[in-house]
Amino acid sequence: MSDGLFQFLLRMGDNTLVLGHRISEWCGQAPGLEEDIALANTALDLIGQTQMWLGYAAEVEGAGRTADDLAFLRDVWDFRNLLMLERPNLDFGHTITRQFFFDAFHVLLLTRLQASSDARVAEIAAKSVKEAAYHLERSADLVIALGDGTDESHQRMQSAVDLLWPFAGEMFAADDVDNAMAAAGIAPDPASLRAEWQRKVDQVMADATLTLPESQFAHQGGKTGRQHTEHLGHMLAQMQWLQRAYPGATW
Amino acid sequence: MYAQMVKSTGHGVKPLDEMDPQERAFQERIDAGDKIEPKDWMPDGYRKNLIRQIGQHAHSEIVGQLPEGNWITRAPTLERKAILLAKVQDEAGHGLYLYCAAETLGVSRDELTRMLLDGKMKYSSIFNYPTLTWADMGAVGWLVDGAAIMNQVPLQRTSYGPYARAMVRICKEESFHQRQGFDIMMKMANGTDAQKKMAQDALNRFWFPSLMMFGPSDKDSVHSAQSMAWRIKMNTNDELRQKFVDQTVPQAEYLGLTVPDPDLRWNDETGQYDFSEPNWDEFFDVISGNGPCNTERLNTRKQAWDDGAWVRDGMLAHAAKRKSQGIAAQ
Amino acid sequence: MSNAPELPLWEVFIRGQHGLSHRHVGSLHAADAEAALKNARDVYTRRNEGVSIWVVEAAQITASAPGDKGPLFEPANSKVYRHPTFFDIPDEIGSM
Repeated sequence: MSDGLFQFLLRMGDNTLVLGHRISEWCGQAPGLEEDIALANTALDLIGQTQMWLGYAAEVEGAGRTADDLAFLRDVWDFRNLLMLERPNLDFGHTITRQFFFDAFHVLLLTRLQASSDARVAEIAAKSVKEAAYHLERSADLVIALGDGTDESHQRMQSAVDLLWPFAGEMFAADDVDNAMAAAGIAPDPASLRAEWQRKVDQVMADATLTLPESQFAHQGGKTGRQHTEHLGHMLAQMQWLQRAYPGATW
Repeated sequence: MYAQMVKSTGHGVKPLDEMDPQERAFQERIDAGDKIEPKDWMPDGYRKNLIRQIGQHAHSEIVGQLPEGNWITRAPTLERKAILLAKVQDEAGHGLYLYCAAETLGVSRDELTRMLLDGKMKYSSIFNYPTLTWADMGAVGWLVDGAAIMNQVPLQRTSYGPYARAMVRICKEESFHQRQGFDIMMKMANGTDAQKKMAQDALNRFWFPSLMMFGPSDKDSVHSAQSMAWRIKMNTNDELRQKFVDQTVPQAEYLGLTVPDPDLRWNDETGQYDFSEPNWDEFFDVISGNGPCNTERLNTRKQAWDDGAWVRDGMLAHAAKRKSQGIAAQ
Repeated sequence: MSNAPELPLWEVFIRGQHGLSHRHVGSLHAADAEAALKNARDVYTRRNEGVSIWVVEAAQITASAPGDKGPLFEPANSKVYRHPTFFDIPDEIGSM
């Protein structure tokens, strides 16, 4: 069980770590100052959530590691984030569409986790769900505005949706870890979140005049760690460089 | 400072009795410590000077995001990453407050942005220096923000209301910036040999560029005199530079770091430090576009602006559609 | 570079923690009122400054003209009896 819980906590923390890192790349480069500041707020929320999830993961593991050790000293195969989140930002449309797909999932998951049989999980979820709910409001509004905006913004948002859709399915694919968590009442079966997620996404897509692809194909391998994309290694090379180059230093 | 080379449009300060009645009444309000507000009458020169100064200040904030933004994805711990990101985010906020203050003078944020990107408006020379190691995050917070605060605190009392109010808000938020920088420097200076070396190297590279932030000596400048009469500049460049040196040298000593100036020494007679002037040729090179990072900084801003055009246009188009649907529905 | 139309300017008012009235805190740009509200949350409440936000498009504000300062505000100067300190109340009455 404790290894299952450890894996589950890594999934939660790696999702927020990797997405927070991607969003922080926008700092100083966003389409306007208001967006720049808003994206930084999102990234800060995600980094804060990472500290809680990975901090708890380190405790559960009981090997004397810290949240920072987990973030900065694991290699690609030990990461348990969704593939979608490690993808490069590409343009603002791709960034916001990915954010929306994830936020819609994240809110549902965190809402359910508030009732987790593990008190710490419930506590972290209760704090995080308010942040995620705001992220969702914001990303949904932007998807709608830009989908429904100009011809160019519509076309860019549609390509983002097409590009990201094959990565959405991984959020709902359950494996042994998920089954063990569900059996212990720690976390919901991710597949059980899909219908409600789909309703929210359909509604936003309709308002945004965007269409979801027909295909149900889903790339997998991120949350299990079996096979990440090439992008994650480059992200870690940057993120972990100082810790790797100067082992044992305190910062 | 952040507005270190603002040329005044005035030709020296006109004595009160040579002013026409309107201008004289304006100057007397300023002398009495009154705040000038957006709809008040003001001399053209005052308006133009303020637009340049506030604009340059705002540009410095948003270009100033870049040297530190350069390290957000490489910050060594989760906490450092969050602190640095929050700090750089504040710079964007400060830019935003200042653009809004400038907008009350009849120039839009987009117009100001275009002038920056076309090279018609400047930003502080300091942001054209590279940030090469993590210790530079410490040095920038400690020295660059330290120098900025020195200039910004008195500007809370500047004569133009919206500018003064923006500065009040900025100063309130800024106080954590210098502290987080010094905190990084303390960790580095007390760290491994490699970290100490990094800290000293950062001080070596940022010391003189920080002194340049106050601008060249303005003892004899008519521009400065006019700006001070209008209370949009509160101290001379030299006063502030001296104050900065006097405050910073003991902090460097506390860190066990050496200020890279062989002529730096305490002067018992004056009760302040004697120090070497920065290389002003280098300063003018940087200001005129030949600093180590001028091209990169401006290109980054240009690219962000150009890449963001479809987003801004899309948001506007959607809002317009919503509005017309709302009207049609009524 | 395009001379595209600009996102409109909004004025932001925030009620702080202590139950006082909404107070003008600054401005920002946004395409519409909903976006302005969210931007205001992100820009002006980063340090836990508020419990309620109003936004109003800057163009919708009607402001008094500085030239009218005399007629608008000086007449109130002479109405000193509106202020409690105008009246001398003997000390033995206690607080009033």
